[in-house]
Amino acid sequence: MHADLVVFWVIAPISVLSGVAMVLARNAVHAALLLIVNFFTLAVFFLVLGSPFLFVVQIIVYAGAIMVLFLFVIMLLGVAQQTPLRDQMKAQPVLAGLLGAGLVAEVILAVRIGLGFHRKPLANFALVNRGGNTHALASVLFNRYFFPFEVTSVLLIVAAIGAMLHGRRRIEEEETIDVPAEDADAGPEPGSPTYYAAVGTEPEAPS
Amino acid sequence: MSTPISYFVLVSALLFTTGTVGVLVRKNALLIFMSVELQLNAVNLALVAFSRQAGNLTGQVLAFFSMVVAAAEVVVGLAIIVSLYRKRHSADVDDARFLKW
Repeated sequence: MHADLVVFWVIAPISVLSGVAMVLARNAVHAALLLIVNFFTLAVFFLVLGSPFLFVVQIIVYAGAIMVLFLFVIMLLGVAQQTPLRDQMKAQPVLAGLLGAGLVAEVILAVRIGLGFHRKPLANFALVNRGGNTHALASVLFNRYFFPFEVTSVLLIVAAIGAMLHGRRRIEEEETIDVPAEDADAGPEPGSPTYYAAVGTEPEAPS
Repeated sequence: MSTPISYFVLVSALLFTTGTVGVLVRKNALLIFMSVELQLNAVNLALVAFSRQAGNLTGQVLAFFSMVVAAAEVVVGLAIIVSLYRKRHSADVDDARFLKW
């Protein structure tokens, strides 16, 4: 029994169970933590499949950045209290389960019958990863997929600006600081020292 | 490497299905969003597994792009959820009925 098979059979149940537990979790914080576990197991899968670069990116981007965002929003909104699964349509979870079973059956069928996929011998991946996975990936990314890579930077800028626009508070929701015009008589006389003290500007000194 | 690639594809299918069921049965917008993340990750796993089978790095490049798109999507989506919560004081998707009479 090879080492990667052992790793697979240790990690795969953790991965699937953490995913199922995430969907069934009552508490949003628990769901987020289970999702982090799931991301780590997927990172291990990437390592087994010969992609150390994606292993690191998965941990940094998903488990690091994205889940911190999620947990931050959960804490900010205070939606960590229980979200009951019961008070909804009775048929919905059953239908969802049926659809899920259908999806699994479909993929198994596609893999097993469709292409005879699993019977082909594996390519020698050490040859593909020559010079390190990161170097090999970079040479593909910056040659053949250079234009999509540049478009990605535009996408990130658009996402950042969009998040800023959505996240800011609207001006009309703020308290207005306008002084009503009809109350001008109640205020201090223009030109008097109290007026200048209220407005905040000093009268110009006569030269 | 003695693990058949179809095992990884099977795990990916299970995770994707779990995410799909999560999107269908949960009502909290944040949990729906997490389920979508689960689906995206399942697809990433399938892409990397296919890349291993095909013997080139195209699948890994696609998985990388998928991660970038997921990051952008999370940023905008969470901002939308926050602004929805500010309006309705609830993160339930059933409460988001601004377009309904």
